[in-house]
Amino acid sequence: MQMNEYKPLIVAFCCNWCSYAGADLAGNNRLNYPADVKIIRVPCSCRVNPMFILRAFQRGADGVIICGCHPGDCHYTSGNYYTRRRMAMLFSMLDYLGIEKERTRVEWVSAAEGAKFAATMNDFAEKVAALGENKRLEDLRCKR
Amino acid sequence: MQKITQTQLIDKAASLLKDGTVSCVLGWSKGEFDYDITPAVFKTEEELKDGFVWNDFCGANFSKYLIEKTRKTEGKILVFLKPCDTYSFNQLLTEHRFDREKVYAVGIPCEGMVDVEKVKVACGDGIIKIDCGEKIAVTTLYADKPIELDAKDVLLERCVNCKSKKHVAYDELLGEEGEVLESARFDEVEKLEAMTPDERFAFWQNELSRCIRCNACRDVCPACTCEKCVFNNPQSGVENKSPANSFEEKMFHIIRAYHVAGRCTDCGECSRVCPQNIPLHLLNRKFIKDMNEFYGEYQAGSEVGQRAPLVNYTTDDVEPGEVFDRGDIDA
Repeated sequence: MQMNEYKPLIVAFCCNWCSYAGADLAGNNRLNYPADVKIIRVPCSCRVNPMFILRAFQRGADGVIICGCHPGDCHYTSGNYYTRRRMAMLFSMLDYLGIEKERTRVEWVSAAEGAKFAATMNDFAEKVAALGENKRLEDLRCKR
Repeated sequence: MQKITQTQLIDKAASLLKDGTVSCVLGWSKGEFDYDITPAVFKTEEELKDGFVWNDFCGANFSKYLIEKTRKTEGKILVFLKPCDTYSFNQLLTEHRFDREKVYAVGIPCEGMVDVEKVKVACGDGIIKIDCGEKIAVTTLYADKPIELDAKDVLLERCVNCKSKKHVAYDELLGEEGEVLESARFDEVEKLEAMTPDERFAFWQNELSRCIRCNACRDVCPACTCEKCVFNNPQSGVENKSPANSFEEKMFHIIRAYHVAGRCTDCGECSRVCPQNIPLHLLNRKFIKDMNEFYGEYQAGSEVGQRAPLVNYTTDDVEPGEVFDRGDIDA
């Protein structure tokens, strides 16, 4: 492996009840997904404030993915419905400002979907890697 | 040219002060120049006769001032509301930000307010006097005689695309009631949406990089009413600092627009006060347009007690990934 090969940094916000357990299952099943994905556990996907996403980009993330329970399956009844609206608005705004739309994603992953989790992360990491470094929302002061 | 005259408003205010209905009046007064009309409080008839102004430069929206004023004042406050101000008024009532009982709202018709920046472009620098009559007569240091402008040619952006001449809240109405208008306020947003991501990025980079973080957009916004703001926190590292780099500009403006999404009545005050002329309303309108498209038509402040789209949901909302290909969305 070359030392200077570009590796994207991906932040994944995973809800405690579904997606985090899904990630666990992916691990138990020995499924491969990129080590560039850094998982942050949140109590519910609706805990993710739009600011978290911008902060992740500021601190050097190249892509941010939010994983939650499938709509209707939220542990707190309705949290992910709010996430869905909020993120739709935020992503649309980021797109409006000309930031590559492939850098953000919301995916619903249940606790039983270890395979989906791994596949989603592989796909997302590939897309983000193809885009290259996050230039449009970077903060030069936070450069690694 | 406004349909209602300054004298009519002064008479109205004076009579309400006299019979004790209200204890003070929230109105416009002349600033240093003829074009910087500023909000002021009047307590007596003499003060009104001295300082009260009503002309084509009275853009200021008073709804936000009521929050603090109602708390500090004994008795009722008389406030003059233009049609677009009444939306902010309702929105603040929805959020329980002030006591309706302490306000006496008088709705006044508005023919659109003038943008001094456009006047400056038309007449050049050195404006020393502006007379608002049938036409706007601008006396400058360099022109031999006053330059006459038609108010229609130099309206504020929000007035060019006026969304409503109808008052949605008042205790008393002066003049005639208007209608909710079909405006072309989303045209500009659509034009931006039609651009490529690179063009959009260049456009916003160019606009937002002018930001000096004076916080005027925050201070004036009638939806943005926290008394303790994160941007006043000396520990935050962002207090009173101009943006250090392009990320900070974008972050500030995305979050500023986002945190009023669903509560923004599109009153256009942010763009009016921006000293750098950044078209901030384009960010707010984008959110309004998106919410209208995805979650049904919604006008913040059109009624008291409405539930905004972002504090609501349905089980079959669009998925965040789908927002990028609008063609596939039915609603």
